[in-house]
Amino acid sequence: MIRREQMCNAAVILLLLAIPLWAHSADAPFVITLATKVTILALAGVGLNIALGIGGLVSLGHAVFFGIGGYATGILASHAQTYEPLLQAPFVIEGTNQMPIIWLVAVVFSALAALVIGALSLRTSGVYFIMITLAFGQMFYYFAISWSAYGGEDGLSIWVRNEFPGANTLVPLHFFLICFAILCAVLWFAARLARAPFGLALAAARQNQDRVEAVGITPYRLRLVAFVVSGAITGLAGALFADLNRFVSPSMLSWHTSGEIMIFVIIGGVGRLFGPVVGAAIFILLEHFLGGISEYWQIYLGGFLLVIVLYARGGVIGALAGREVAHD
Amino acid sequence: MSLILVLEQILNGLQFGVMLFLMAAGLTLVFGVMGLINLAHGALYMVGAFAAAIVASWTGSFVLALAASLMAAATAGALMEILVIRKLYDRDHLDQVLATFALILVFSEGTRWVFGSFPLFLDVPPYLSGPVTLPGGIEYPLYRLAIIAIGLVIALGLFWLISRTRIGVQIRAGEADREMIAALGVDISRLYTLVFALGAALAGLAGALVGAIQSVQVGMGEPVLILAFVVIVIGGIGSIKGALVGALLVGLTDRLGSIFLPQIFALVMEPSSATTAGASVASMLIYILMALILLLRPSGLYGRSA
Repeated sequence: MIRREQMCNAAVILLLLAIPLWAHSADAPFVITLATKVTILALAGVGLNIALGIGGLVSLGHAVFFGIGGYATGILASHAQTYEPLLQAPFVIEGTNQMPIIWLVAVVFSALAALVIGALSLRTSGVYFIMITLAFGQMFYYFAISWSAYGGEDGLSIWVRNEFPGANTLVPLHFFLICFAILCAVLWFAARLARAPFGLALAAARQNQDRVEAVGITPYRLRLVAFVVSGAITGLAGALFADLNRFVSPSMLSWHTSGEIMIFVIIGGVGRLFGPVVGAAIFILLEHFLGGISEYWQIYLGGFLLVIVLYARGGVIGALAGREVAHD
Repeated sequence: MSLILVLEQILNGLQFGVMLFLMAAGLTLVFGVMGLINLAHGALYMVGAFAAAIVASWTGSFVLALAASLMAAATAGALMEILVIRKLYDRDHLDQVLATFALILVFSEGTRWVFGSFPLFLDVPPYLSGPVTLPGGIEYPLYRLAIIAIGLVIALGLFWLISRTRIGVQIRAGEADREMIAALGVDISRLYTLVFALGAALAGLAGALVGAIQSVQVGMGEPVLILAFVVIVIGGIGSIKGALVGALLVGLTDRLGSIFLPQIFALVMEPSSATTAGASVASMLIYILMALILLLRPSGLYGRSA
């Protein structure tokens, strides 16, 4: 029997694919851009959900990885535009406008950042962990602001969207489909990860650390790996986001971004595979429609979020699909 | 480099540290007693600054402005506690983070709605403006000295309150065992509201005092909030003493780093890149300090356990 959550998931993913396809035939590129934004932000949320949902690691610093991904795109593309090598000595590194290479760089560097931040902050837990991830996030934010070589506070523009072999990324639908394919692949990976021994042990470490230690598993290592995987996925999302906007700025690294990524996860439902997808979609719709009504739409967003946190624990998927899946 | 410049930066560092202490003290008390992480503490800082700027423009009195900042922030804090925060004590930290993040959105956008995006200005009163000459021939702004003095007096008052008064006993007992003091007949929810309002008032006062040096604008509390978190992580959560030591450490490190690092870098690099590299690293210095202290003492200088 197919569970209600799986039916919800199937509906969500089909809708996310169908709307841009319809928009393409109806010649409504703006709708495709909105859907692409949802897809990319959902990807960032899926990344965070691995640390937050499975591992119980409340990271308020995921904007770091999102921003590193963004800057990987921005920096490599800007060097490709000016034909100035990124590095002269000891060996020459050229910029590039090929998405796959940029993605690889984004993933590697955000994973490295996650390794360092995680290794330090996972020595603590609870509130300390929240505050420390937040503080490291702020550190990268200030660094980006003072890094005048790549635009400093003003950010960095990407004149032409980077290229992907076999597709024309300037066509909104092509770029959407690239992002959508990545999201599907990562969702599949996240589902596998949650059911693999690694994911089960990670979830067990969240539920009862003492018991996990008693059977000989070290939670620190599990959590560090989860944090790195989580950061790498969010970094990939950041690289795509920079290409969507053709612009990178320190605001991608600001702690409001961390808060927003967390909001996607929460609105949808913590620990639910498709939670971030639903959450990001609702967030973008709210931004679009409330933003049209009032410049101060974030007041309503705040109110909505308060209601969700105080009265609707489990998020939207929790409300739709019921509590069939234990996610404490 | 002259000795005077160094002393001046030390005083700047003290002034910055004392302000951070006013923020961190409230956060650490609220965490210690109620086990709550409050991201909206920066919003209370902003409320205090706005209240002070408005009352100062109405009455022209700086003292009344400071009183207004205390009152407004304490009232906002008490309301916040009664309406929202109270429901969060039994929740996990994730819910607390989200709900207080939501409160930030409401407070920031609400303030922007009412007052617009342009900064307000709060003037230093004539009797506190201008420099004074300190022993050793250092010219230093009187107002900044006054901030250091006010901050230290409040720190002493807070230590006295916690260690010598009946409320202080209840606060310390609340940290140790909240069920037990409720069973002993202390009205625990009133105590919580009181502690929250006290922390809010300190944040509001800090906002007003800093508002006279910088501009009063929406979002002004958030960078300070995050620095206050760094202070608490360094000092140890729940410890007022840790908050004071951590705040002074962060304040001094930040101000001394921003003048010394470019000069240290200039020893090994060419001057232009030394300035930018020095400024970049200086902006990261306090976080590096935090990382180092975490490596040595994961629960902070005066923390009990993480």
